[in-house]
Amino acid sequence: MTAQLQKATAPPAGRPGDPERPGATCTPYAPGAPPVTAAASPAPPHLLEACGITKTMGDKILLHEVSLTLDRGDLKVLIGPSGGGKSTLLQCIHFLNPPDGGDVFLDGESARDMSRMNICLFRREIGMIFQDFNLFDHLTARDNVAVALRRVKGWAKREAYDRAMAELDRVGLASRADLYPAQLSGGQKQRVSIARALAMDPKVMLLDEPTSALDPELIGEVLKVIQDLHEGGMTMLMVTHQVGFARHMTKEFLFMESGRITESGSPEELLRDGSGSRTSDFCSKLSEIQGG
Amino acid sequence: MGTLEFYRTVLFPALNKGLWVSIQIIVPSAVLGVAIGILAGVGRSLGTSRLSRALDAYVAVFRGTPLVVQLMMWYYGLPTVGVFLESQFGPGVSPLSSLFRLSPYASSVTAFALCSGAYQSEYIRGALLSIKKGQYMAALSLGFTRAQAFWRITAPAAARRALPGCGNEIIYLIKYSSLAMIVTMSELTGQAKGIATMYFRYLECYLATAGYYLALVTLATWLLSWMERRLAIPGDPGLS
Ligand SMILES: Nc1ncnc2c1ncn2[C@@H]1O[C@H](COP(=O)(O)OP(=O)(O)OP(=O)(O)O)[C@@H](O)[C@H]1O
Ligand SMILES: [Mg+2]
Repeated sequence: MTAQLQKATAPPAGRPGDPERPGATCTPYAPGAPPVTAAASPAPPHLLEACGITKTMGDKILLHEVSLTLDRGDLKVLIGPSGGGKSTLLQCIHFLNPPDGGDVFLDGESARDMSRMNICLFRREIGMIFQDFNLFDHLTARDNVAVALRRVKGWAKREAYDRAMAELDRVGLASRADLYPAQLSGGQKQRVSIARALAMDPKVMLLDEPTSALDPELIGEVLKVIQDLHEGGMTMLMVTHQVGFARHMTKEFLFMESGRITESGSPEELLRDGSGSRTSDFCSKLSEIQGG
Repeated sequence: MGTLEFYRTVLFPALNKGLWVSIQIIVPSAVLGVAIGILAGVGRSLGTSRLSRALDAYVAVFRGTPLVVQLMMWYYGLPTVGVFLESQFGPGVSPLSSLFRLSPYASSVTAFALCSGAYQSEYIRGALLSIKKGQYMAALSLGFTRAQAFWRITAPAAARRALPGCGNEIIYLIKYSSLAMIVTMSELTGQAKGIATMYFRYLECYLATAGYYLALVTLATWLLSWMERRLAIPGDPGLS
């Protein structure tokens, strides 16, 4: 008996009800196509909504009208084969790498409508965790966390440092505050980068394979921090190959392949034996490799 | 005149005077060279394609021709432009044409700064390219503007990486400042040559001059390694 899979069909490229922006539309990628207008409805906006995200590079289409939503406290997990466009999708959602088509709404505010200055405000509301940490090499752990508070939020040094210490403490690294990235282990670096993102009080965190560059014995400490965040109510979208961890934490898996989200659903549905989903196929291959 | 007497009353006073002139050439040339190198290096790595092509052309010309030729061009060649302007537009432009008559000192500093800047820009460009884009992206993700991300994150990392190369270029500059002699500057080498030919004491004069340069280079090397140590990031073996 095959499970009912919520096959993600091409969603309407329209922005569902937003009380303040009735009839708001997403720009569909197809140039001549008429924009789809969503009917105004009283439903509250999602915390984050990406709709119809399209990205091309040369004549290669990396993302085909990808849409997803995150509500407050959600943890959604994005999995899929290498080259499927997961990192590209996170960068597009963050407008670090602005999409060619589609739009991202944070609390109902369109990123595409923002001026260059406001896009910085948009970005600082979304925290990004990178696979290879991307800590600032020339700054201590404390300064890595404090620098954006000072330069972006304009806080005084004293307050920024106090906050940095609080965040480092939260990830268990207060005693390493004066060390430079080169003096930290991989797991510690990733925890500093999480502290750095948290200090900005983001509404959403995007995590791009936060444990893939870590030795197996260091993965646990980072996953623990992520679990604490989730339990604290942080809204997250996470790319990971740690299926075992993810299936216990998330209510929804998104399976991404060749620039499309091809399957989505709860881990129970997608990973049930014999569900026949691409997701379970992929995950069982992964666990063969990971030896568990 | 006894040998010691010659050293004490002739050679060293002349070389000391020359040393002072040399320093007056070297310091501004080095500062301007680094400034030009930074502007050109940043422009070449981040500028619009038209700007970076123009700067590439600057570097190609100034790295691709002998410094002696450039120096003579500034000193002996440039006044011809003024003469030409006067011949075209009458003597009324003579205040303008005098701008093209550089003093020996001005020609030297111009030539050294522009040539040094071309080399410096290569080191700066290489250093900027070597800084991984990731840190810049991380800064943007925290809400930095692009300018902030560049100056606060990429630039400090790149500066550390560029320092050894840029320092090396300054050490070259100390030595090629001796070319100022050919545009009649009485700097170290110019003084040495004057005394050597006047007293026929070539070996001693030039040996002593070499010693002066060696001392300058040693001092510069020491200063540079002090800076490198100060800027070194603990735990990072790559940038010591
Ligand atoms: N700058 C670029 N130029 C051209 N192609 C690119 C560029 N960046 C990414 N790509 C292509 O985009 C596709 C998606 O890449 P992406 O990094 O988003 O995949 P991914 O799902 O994150 O893979 P992985 O699991 O290996 O991290 C790949 O085919 C990649 O080759
Ligand atoms: Mg990726």
